[in-house]
Amino acid sequence: MVSVLVCIKRVVDSSSEVVLTEDGQGVDGRYAGFTMSAHEECAVELAVQIAAATGGTATVLTLGDADAVEQLRAALAVGCTAAVHVVADAQTFGPSDVAREIAAVAGDHDLVLLGNDAADSGDFQVGIRLAYELGRPVVNGVSSVSVADGVVTAEGAGPDGHETYRVPLPAVVTVLEGGVEPRYPTVPGRMKAKKVPIDERRPTAEPVGPSRVRLLLPPPTASDVQILGKGADAAPAVVDLLEQLGVLAR
Amino acid sequence: MIVVLVETTPTGEAVEVSQEAITFARSLAAEGGGVPVDAVVVGEPSPDLAATLAAYGVRTVHALSGDAYASYAGAAWAAGLKGVRGSSVVVMAAGTPRGNEVMAHVAAREGVAMAANVLSFSGLSPFVVTRQVVGGGALEEMRLGDRPAVFTVAGHAVEAAPADAPGAAEVVVHTPEIAAADLVARVVSSEEPEPDLSGTLKSARVVVGAGRGAGSSEGFADLLELTELVGGSLGVSRVVTSLGWRPHHEQVGQTGSRISPDLYIPCGISGAIQHWAGCSSAKAILAINTDPDAPMVTKATYAVIGDLHEVVPAINAEIRRRRTA
Ligand SMILES: Cc1cc2nc3c(=O)[nH]c(=O)nc-3n(C[C@H](O)[C@H](O)[C@H](O)COP(=O)(O)OP(=O)(O)OC[C@H]3O[C@@H](n4cnc5c(N)ncnc54)[C@H](O)[C@@H]3O)c2cc1C
Repeated sequence: MVSVLVCIKRVVDSSSEVVLTEDGQGVDGRYAGFTMSAHEECAVELAVQIAAATGGTATVLTLGDADAVEQLRAALAVGCTAAVHVVADAQTFGPSDVAREIAAVAGDHDLVLLGNDAADSGDFQVGIRLAYELGRPVVNGVSSVSVADGVVTAEGAGPDGHETYRVPLPAVVTVLEGGVEPRYPTVPGRMKAKKVPIDERRPTAEPVGPSRVRLLLPPPTASDVQILGKGADAAPAVVDLLEQLGVLAR
Repeated sequence: MIVVLVETTPTGEAVEVSQEAITFARSLAAEGGGVPVDAVVVGEPSPDLAATLAAYGVRTVHALSGDAYASYAGAAWAAGLKGVRGSSVVVMAAGTPRGNEVMAHVAAREGVAMAANVLSFSGLSPFVVTRQVVGGGALEEMRLGDRPAVFTVAGHAVEAAPADAPGAAEVVVHTPEIAAADLVARVVSSEEPEPDLSGTLKSARVVVGAGRGAGSSEGFADLLELTELVGGSLGVSRVVTSLGWRPHHEQVGQTGSRISPDLYIPCGISGAIQHWAGCSSAKAILAINTDPDAPMVTKATYAVIGDLHEVVPAINAEIRRRRTA
């Protein structure tokens, strides 16, 4: 019976162009729509699988404004059974603030899953800071996680090959996309998700905030692409280039 | 002092992005009045590695040694770094998965901020860095006022360059006592990946990319042949892995690998920002696409407009022809 807490973040869907808010402090989602980070979709799936395999529970948590309920409902629709919403303006919370707020909830759970890094801030550190807050071991950047007999087995790709970690519960694990296929919500799943009460909380402390000065857009790269040709006729020019760059294996 | 965590290949050489991180550290040191740059490596360095690091201007190579370092544990690496960093003002690494992980441990232990994937710095007081966020779709200026300032350097943010006046780096071996708690989360087994052309994706000099334009899982034969002919690795877009045409470990992008080859050859890839996040550090890009207006084409260094199923076999044939000529 493993009690899993999975942490997600509402982020702007940046599949198209990135637009910044006027004050340069955030990404403007008014025209783009919102989603949960891709790694976290996989973390949610793993949480649901672990809960099912151990007869346990999967609780989803987010820190965000009122609209972030949409992402909590999305996680409930695919199998999480409870939800905690720390209501706050995520933009004013830095990684250590978020870790502290998750820690305030995580004490009751055996395993905390998070995304390795959020699609917007790309901070790479909330899970690790959380582990230090809780005094628990943390495994980072894995794509498969299972639990048996109080031991978490986590696996993923390392620089030298496929790596396996085994850590005792309670533990913290950050997840990368690739090991599981997130499931689509069913209509009954969606209906059920609407009825789950959401445990709303206030932050436990004033945020120190991120160390952000401002966001900017990268300078537009002037297109100075050199077209080597069209279709198969371009092959000699391509091979000339490969030779010139010295990249042809012998 | 500035301390740079240097990652090594299985054969014990410094990975290129670590050489870039040292180069970045040197420019930071120069701006700060010439503070020394020290390197930290895990395992005892070969004379070759020490010589390379010296050539990059490293003053002292601190080697973390002992049983605690027999297999990877992020917390143990951070604990070792803490032991050797003394009063250094900056602790940094390359923005690899390990680099980001270990620096996050360092920052959490020290109770300081951390900036991931830094591209440049602007001014030392206050110390402000610019880093990639939103998968490279935006930049963030971030103040790193704490001591030590902890950050990682994005791939190809700078070009690796040896120092003008290198000295001889002294090697100091440390065998720190590591707390048991810092060894709980360690790698218990590590296997070579299945032999495949993507095994060296992150360090390949040439990467052949394939996207939806490949058409099907059967559509990769010519692309794999090109990969072999250029002695490179295959990298794919998320569409390709989602459709199950190729395994996820070949995915390049925000949620896949970040690559920094000398040449990237994306074939039938549109160049969505999440894919661009993984390949923007390539030194040159040769796009092959039917659409002259695809973002990948307009952002590329070179392009061929056409159907990859015609262009790639013609390139392969031309390479083979020249070899036998
Ligand atoms: C949170 C998040 C994370 C993501 N992470 C990643 C990631 O890590 N990596 C990634 O790649 N994507 C990622 N994506 C998806 C990304 O937004 C794009 O959907 C994806 O990169 C598109 O893949 P594609 O270019 O292969 O396909 P498409 O966008 O469909 O483009 C196909 C291209 O091929 C060209 N083409 C078609 N047929 C041919 C032919 N026969 N010959 C030559 N050219 C042809 C077309 O002109 C077009 O330009 C992510 C998305 C989200 C929301």
